[in-house]
Amino acid sequence: MNIEWYIVLSSLLFAVGAMGILLRRSPVVILLCLELMLNAGNLALVAFSKMVGNQQGQIFAIVVMVVAACEVVVGLGLIVAIFRRKLPLDVDELRELRG
Amino acid sequence: MTATSWAWLVLLFPLLGSIAIALGFKALPAKAAGAIGAAAIGAAFICGIGALIHLLGEAPDARHHASSLWDYASVAGLDIKLGIFVDPLSVFMVLVVTGVSTLIHLYSFGYMQSDQGYHRFFSYLNFFVFSMLLLVLAGNFVLLIVGWAFVGFASYALISFWYRRQTATKAGMKAFVINVVGDIGLVLAAFLIFRELGTFEYSEVFAKAPQVFHTNEWTITAICLLLLVGAFAKSAQLPFHTWLPDAMEGPTPVSSLIHAATMVTAGVYLIARTHTLFVLAPTAADIAAFVGLATLLVAASIALVMTDLKRAIAYSTMSQIGYMVVGVSIGAYSAGMFHLMTHAFFKALLFMAAGSIIAAMANEQNIDKMSGFGKAMRFTSVTMLCGGLALAAFPGTSGFFSKDEILAYASARGGMYLIFTVLGYFGALLTAIYTFRLIFRVIPGKPCPEAQELIDTGHVHHAHPFNPATGEEEDTEVGFPGSEHHIAESSLPMRIAMAVLAFGALFAGLVQVPGVDDAVTKFLDPVFADSPLAAIHPSVAASWLGLAIGGAISLAGIAIAHYLYVARPETPAALQRRFSALHTFLYNKWYFDEAIDFLIVRPALAIGRFANRTFERLVVDGLISGTEDVVGGGGRLVQLVQSGFVRSYALLLIVGFAGLALYFLLSSQ
Repeated sequence: MNIEWYIVLSSLLFAVGAMGILLRRSPVVILLCLELMLNAGNLALVAFSKMVGNQQGQIFAIVVMVVAACEVVVGLGLIVAIFRRKLPLDVDELRELRG
Repeated sequence: MTATSWAWLVLLFPLLGSIAIALGFKALPAKAAGAIGAAAIGAAFICGIGALIHLLGEAPDARHHASSLWDYASVAGLDIKLGIFVDPLSVFMVLVVTGVSTLIHLYSFGYMQSDQGYHRFFSYLNFFVFSMLLLVLAGNFVLLIVGWAFVGFASYALISFWYRRQTATKAGMKAFVINVVGDIGLVLAAFLIFRELGTFEYSEVFAKAPQVFHTNEWTITAICLLLLVGAFAKSAQLPFHTWLPDAMEGPTPVSSLIHAATMVTAGVYLIARTHTLFVLAPTAADIAAFVGLATLLVAASIALVMTDLKRAIAYSTMSQIGYMVVGVSIGAYSAGMFHLMTHAFFKALLFMAAGSIIAAMANEQNIDKMSGFGKAMRFTSVTMLCGGLALAAFPGTSGFFSKDEILAYASARGGMYLIFTVLGYFGALLTAIYTFRLIFRVIPGKPCPEAQELIDTGHVHHAHPFNPATGEEEDTEVGFPGSEHHIAESSLPMRIAMAVLAFGALFAGLVQVPGVDDAVTKFLDPVFADSPLAAIHPSVAASWLGLAIGGAISLAGIAIAHYLYVARPETPAALQRRFSALHTFLYNKWYFDEAIDFLIVRPALAIGRFANRTFERLVVDGLISGTEDVVGGGGRLVQLVQSGFVRSYALLLIVGFAGLALYFLLSSQ
């Protein structure tokens, strides 16, 4: 199969994830969209690795998965903590960082 | 020991004395501080004699030695040594300075006894002597400037000694500012000398100058004129003289030491020291001589009408320094230096006597209120008379020989310089009149209440201490003028000091009798041998003729003073009414203070205010507040981005990355 198909799919997935992050306000959905973007990246890495013919891209994709897993752990932990403190689960309401 | 080792010791003792007293002021009892101070200067005087004996043991041509302890500054082409230069001129000055200073320390020992700031006084006084010795012993222009500035500071500190007195602190500032103007002149002169000759060392400068400069070339004239600015400011010559009368706010021993005997003669020393340069710039030398002449006449005329005892003597000092400046400028070097020496004796003595009388008057300085101290204070009156006779150049006294020698030289040089002889004798007449005006007002006559109290009870009159200038009450916490006053009659150290000076004032002239010994001229000759002017000598007959004229003028002046103030005491008041405009003019000191205020102080203030309104408000403030506005505005702009909306941060991030990606894509093609 041609490399372009993989790249197009990966770009679409990335764009969907990015739009999700920009448009949705629930932190859980934002985390999901983040995962989507990371995996779009992974798909591109694996596809390029296959095209070039070595394994470096695949190894890198595995590393990204590990990082993504860690990130989900921290992110979900934060969400649970926010939920327990009865704060609104809405990123627009959480504006403590305002300058 | 060599001459230079003695000279280093001369410098060491006053410095040690000053430091010891300053550091130990809490531990030392008052008398010990005074004793240390006086002993340090006495030791310096003895070392000065050691240097003198050493120099006299050498051939006249070999009597100059340079010595340096270490490098003061050594950088690219500049090699300044912490060096001294010992020759007859510097040793002569050392002896005058330390000799008179020893006696004045002795006098202060008694006079300042009840002052709260006794330690401080002696520490300052020793520091002053050290600075003055550094000035006269310096071996290059840099150390000369160091000594020059130290002396200026010491003068400031001592004028403002009673620092709760408004008038004293103001006078100190005035003296300091005018002296700094002189310092700037001296520094600029040193810069020019270095630019032209590449060295600061005396010996090299004076050796190179005649080869490098043509006579009256503009550079050498500029150098000499700048040196003169320094000399005039320090020596209170026109138009830099206004600080000296105000400096009388200081304690009387200070007036005696700094503002009569030593510091104010530094300018005369400077001109004598750099005579090689002045020979190359005859125009500058003539300017100096004419300024000296103008000063001697102006100051003498003011001294005629001053009613403040110390200020009148201060104007007399200016006038006498005018004679010295005339002397060293027209080429009568040794005569000028000789007058410096005799003047140090009799003027210091006059100030001491004045201090004693002012103490008896409980700080009243107005001679209108004084009379009849002849009976009340016999010793003070006799010594004051000795000093007055010498100042008035009474035949046989020291001032008689020294003043007339300068005038005789002027007439021997002839031509234009006869003006100096004629007007110099006129100045001598004024000198005799104003000197004996003071003496006839103070000593004879019916005793004033204070003098009567002294006669009747043997006690000094006590009054509430007050500032004679403003009438304000004194803050007695800082000591004198406290309730205790010390007069020579009751204090042995003061009497010793005054007796020695009275002896000097009467008989010091005998070392330099024309045609008989000429000791000063012979001693100083090697220093001035390179000047063609030093070869001019008035003949012995001419000198004696000059002395005869001088003596006659002196006697005439004393007779006039006697007529005006003793025989017909109502005439001065009548004269004052008759010539009231002239009297007002003289009484206001020729309006020099007002003129300087109008010409310099006010324009300077106006420029300052104008610059404040325009440049400082608009440019300086504008720059600063402009910078602040830019930074603050930028901050407020960036603050808008920090909205706290996580999604907007994400948008920025994505847009940014997309932009970057686009850029690289486009630029890679």
